[in-house]
Amino acid sequence: MSDDIKPRVRVQTKAKKGELVEVKTLVTHPMESGQRKDADGKLVPRLIVSAFDATFNGKPVMNAKLEPAISANPYLSFFVRVDESGTLKLTWTDDNKQSWTSETKIEVG
Amino acid sequence: MNHRNPSTLGRRAALARAGGYGLAAIAGVLAARDAAATPDSARDWLAALAKGTPAEGKVSIKAPEIAENGNAVPVTVGVESEMTDKSYVKALHIAADGNPNPGVASYSFTPLAGKAEIQLRVRLAQTQKLVAVAEMNDGSVFIASREVKVTIGGCGG
Repeated sequence: MSDDIKPRVRVQTKAKKGELVEVKTLVTHPMESGQRKDADGKLVPRLIVSAFDATFNGKPVMNAKLEPAISANPYLSFFVRVDESGTLKLTWTDDNKQSWTSETKIEVG
Repeated sequence: MNHRNPSTLGRRAALARAGGYGLAAIAGVLAARDAAATPDSARDWLAALAKGTPAEGKVSIKAPEIAENGNAVPVTVGVESEMTDKSYVKALHIAADGNPNPGVASYSFTPLAGKAEIQLRVRLAQTQKLVAVAEMNDGSVFIASREVKVTIGGCGG
């Protein structure tokens, strides 16, 4: 299952100095809430992406702790102020401590 | 713009899932009613994260008035702030007071975010209120809430 979990990130790759850049992200993940029952009436154990973290050139921008109330295939968007060229690194971590990362270069021109 | 549109595939997958788990979703909602969060538990959850007496203002929640599908309700939460080293939003907590558990998400920011505005998609089991609490770096706390009417609840799927 974890093979088809893939983060997708949409962000402009060129920016003016100091520009506020919107980052849109989506990771394909079922986000089992722990509330759902399978065909036999047994609860499906909780397995969600519980943490999201964003850094730019290694400096923290934002992070989020997610609860089961986040939809399947969690879509998250936020802003980052780009003062210099650099790499936006995003990390998603699930309940099993499995994590996925994505790196995007943003150039200031 | 060298990435593919993230929403297309996600929406398709979400729709497929919503259809497939439709029955399970209904069962989930019925079960959820028994063990739903209450406005009190949502307030407690928020109070445990953000110390201080919250004041109205600065925080805005954008969400549809009526959500046909509670499996993925698009929500935007913004906090007015300069986001400079002197004055910025330190944390933003979002709760839903009619879900099995009140918590939705808890964000923290640095001034590097530039703008304290986030979007996410939320599962809502029934018609209920979303509550957002923002903590500023000077210790002040702001709150906003917004009711969303849900036609088909989304906690089972």
